[in-house]
Amino acid sequence: MAGINELRERIHSGSSEEIVAEYLEKIESSKLNAFITIARENAIACAREIDSKGHDGALAGIPVAIKDNISTKGIPTTCASKILTGYIPPYDAHVIERLKDAGAIIIGKTNMDEFAMGTSTETSFYGATKNPWDLERVPGGSSGGSAAAVAGGEVPLSLGSDTGGSVRCPASFCGVVGLKPTYGVISRYGLISYANSLEQIGPFATNVRDVTALFDVIAGYDARDSTSIKKEANYSSALKNDVRGLKIGVPGEYFGEGTDETVEKAVWDAIHTLEDLGASWKEVTMPHTKYALAAYYIIAMSEASSNLARFDGMRYGLRTEDSDWHTTFSQVRAAGFGDEVKRRILLGTYALSAGYHDKYYLKALKVRTLIKRDFERAFSDVDVLITPTMPYPAFKLGEKIGDPLSLYLADVDTVPINLAGVPSVSVPCGFSGRLPIGMQIIGKHFDEATILRTAYTFEENTDFHTQRPEGF
Amino acid sequence: MIAKKDLEHMAWLSRLELSEDDKEKYTPKLNSVLDYFGELDRVDTEGVEPTYHVLALSNVFREDEVNMPGSSLTQDEALSNAPKKQDGFFKAPRMM
Repeated sequence: MAGINELRERIHSGSSEEIVAEYLEKIESSKLNAFITIARENAIACAREIDSKGHDGALAGIPVAIKDNISTKGIPTTCASKILTGYIPPYDAHVIERLKDAGAIIIGKTNMDEFAMGTSTETSFYGATKNPWDLERVPGGSSGGSAAAVAGGEVPLSLGSDTGGSVRCPASFCGVVGLKPTYGVISRYGLISYANSLEQIGPFATNVRDVTALFDVIAGYDARDSTSIKKEANYSSALKNDVRGLKIGVPGEYFGEGTDETVEKAVWDAIHTLEDLGASWKEVTMPHTKYALAAYYIIAMSEASSNLARFDGMRYGLRTEDSDWHTTFSQVRAAGFGDEVKRRILLGTYALSAGYHDKYYLKALKVRTLIKRDFERAFSDVDVLITPTMPYPAFKLGEKIGDPLSLYLADVDTVPINLAGVPSVSVPCGFSGRLPIGMQIIGKHFDEATILRTAYTFEENTDFHTQRPEGF
Repeated sequence: MIAKKDLEHMAWLSRLELSEDDKEKYTPKLNSVLDYFGELDRVDTEGVEPTYHVLALSNVFREDEVNMPGSSLTQDEALSNAPKKQDGFFKAPRMM
């Protein structure tokens, strides 16, 4: 599996077009259904331009796949929903502008749960994505296409978005590295909103160095996102093979009932590996963890019911036959949204409606405060927290999709991080049979440098990340 | 507990036409999730302030000038995805 450095050398001695064509061929003959749109012509044209004019950007000539809820000028963007059929954004998201400035080649748009609402990439209007480690299993979600494409060697780098675990979950299930940065570090301009107070765009790659290189390109202030933070940093320079003196907190609440034994063992083994490398660990308690899932879903659904009001068939996307004003909107939305999106809009509307607002929405926001305080308390004493990313390895396609609540419960270890807005990275730390297991390393607000250094050190001293699925 | 008439009201508020079949299918699933949300009743939040935004940013202002790149689209760009348009406008359904 080629990393960025190797690709740079090949581009230098050969051409970007050659590399892009190789990846396109892999994508076009794939069984994974990781892509919704393959931007062949655009990718080849951009690669030729880089080859002929040269480019000194950090990602010059390197292909990147983009989750299909991130706006790409001139390339269809569907959110894996029927309601955005035919939509071609007239502008680029901030992260896309940054990628283009760095010379990256947008090779295609990846599959996802419809509007990023899911944990398995099974709610896509374009069909489920498969996990390269076992084609009968889900890749995780909602950024399942972006993770599966990297794990399957169809692209070296990709972007996802993480509202309640949507980068970290598929990274864990597919055996790749995925980062959810601190809220506000990456501009959300051009990211089609699902739950705007929770979500961040995040990078995927097969290793920490490449994830960090991509993160360095896309992070930074943007005036068009009012929650964007003014903070400049070079994260790659923080990658050192050294965790001596690092204080790790291990919250028992994240190893609770329902956590698979193989996952628990792999994560503890990883903590002991870091201990052998000079870190120390202690148990910490985060007593409100068990309420995070309910609070998360109430807030996410409430925000979704508001954010998705814009899809009405007037300015873009699907339009059904016109009737009167309200009936037309109701029919466009009925025909365009899938079941899970409809259920979340309905419950979000309920949680915000007169008589229930205080009981559900306001209550969830107060619980969010308590969860945030759990993190502040834990971080007064330790540098990072380590937990499983997911309580179990990838489950089978169709296994949970019929029961929304059982699917929601899979997010138990990832959603508290979004409620608190802190950064977290998932790295491969073991296997359950042939299925990868991910370890989650959580940091203080804006302390991506420490979690990436911890992940990098772990990777430099283990070989889980070098193992690839058979046949890919 | 969401009854059929609550679901119909929610569907109206969110402009989502539901078939009788949808209503049958959704009600038990929505109620099992709502039941789970009830867990929060067990948390004491007396005197706790709600968190709307994790970094407690206040309003961000800028000069009232059209100067930000990408801050506006041309009329053609804005209309480029409209399923129905007429004379440079989006065409909406009739009001009544």
